[in-house]
Amino acid sequence: MANMRDIKRRIKSVKNTRQITKAMKMVAAAKLRRAQEQAEASRPYARKIQEVIASIASGKTSFKHPMLQSRPVKKTGYIVITSDRGLAGGYNGNMIRKVIQTIAEKHKSKDEYTIFVIGRKGRDFFRSRNYPILEQITGLPESPSFSDIKAITSKAVNFFATEQIDELYLCYNEFQSAITQIPTVTRLLPLDQVGSESGATASGTNYEYEPSPEEVLSVLLPRYAETLIFSALLDAKASEQGARMTAMGNATDNASDMIDRLTLFYNRARQAAITQEISEIVAGANAQG
Amino acid sequence: MSKMQVEVVTPERVVYSGEAKMVIARGTQGDLGILANHMPLVTPLKTAPVRIQLDGNNKEVQIAVSGGFMEVRGDKVSILAETAELPGDIDPDRAKRAKERAEKRLNDKNGDLDQRRAEYALQRAITRLQVSGDSGFSVKNL
Repeated sequence: MANMRDIKRRIKSVKNTRQITKAMKMVAAAKLRRAQEQAEASRPYARKIQEVIASIASGKTSFKHPMLQSRPVKKTGYIVITSDRGLAGGYNGNMIRKVIQTIAEKHKSKDEYTIFVIGRKGRDFFRSRNYPILEQITGLPESPSFSDIKAITSKAVNFFATEQIDELYLCYNEFQSAITQIPTVTRLLPLDQVGSESGATASGTNYEYEPSPEEVLSVLLPRYAETLIFSALLDAKASEQGARMTAMGNATDNASDMIDRLTLFYNRARQAAITQEISEIVAGANAQG
Repeated sequence: MSKMQVEVVTPERVVYSGEAKMVIARGTQGDLGILANHMPLVTPLKTAPVRIQLDGNNKEVQIAVSGGFMEVRGDKVSILAETAELPGDIDPDRAKRAKERAEKRLNDKNGDLDQRRAEYALQRAITRLQVSGDSGFSVKNL
């Protein structure tokens, strides 16, 4: 049995750890609420822009905008959203695993895809394994603004527009609840399902377009794609905080269990020491008497 | 006088929401004045101040809008923009510095892309200065 001092030191150290994880959990909970609010606030914009596009797409004339049309895929782009910091449970691990699984299934060589990565964890992973990274953003603020990721969104969308990539996938942790985050890989471009999916909501309004429907569409579509990336990022931020909150909650619980167990050991060791001392004294007294 | 509902929305938040008599915005083809019951319209906007007239007596709110477009439907006007700032949100000194920077970059020419970006930046800075300036119509005088 370990001696008393060792056990006492362990208890103290676990207590310190518990205090940290507890604080992190509470911070994550506060940030989660803010992240959720921000994700909520971004929704009117995305909804509106989708409405307008849907009503153009469902109009009588059919448009041949390159962003709406599938073409043979020679190269695929992936936007992978991870976090800058760890201690968030399986948040980054699950996401990255899902991405490399998808890549392994779909591609044979590194020339067939390219990665746009947001977040230090993802960047480090892909860089150390020599995945082709085209653009990276790290050190995003807790509540990112649209301009913070403009560089990556416009580059990705531009690459599609100029046919340097023929498909664009968005990989992020979809926020379900504080406990559940689902790593998702969805196709962002081409936007071939936009018109049919939400055509019903926008029907009934016949807009006049200035200067022309084609012009309006060619301005709106890239912006719509960028908006989708932005909302995915906000969703991912909420997921990150949720994952961290849960992970730190578990860590705190585990620490408490450990402290209970160690306290039991400590008491047992203390009692053993006392018993031994008494029996030594008694034995000594007997020997003398 | 019939009024309409005006909303200015960015990806981050709703910047402005309220009733207005007329909205004046700069479309790609020129300035547009929208009154209530305008026919449904969608148009991209240039980087320029959007003026929202609240009633007949020059009461006006200016908003610096960049990368936006406007949707008019019945008595509702929605302006969706990458950035939209009320005069109170603008730091005039920063805008002034940005303007000087952009002008300087325009003067020493190197590359088309930089040129274009500097022009956009200049336009944004000028717009911000226009909105924040005490033109007599700004929101502070309401």
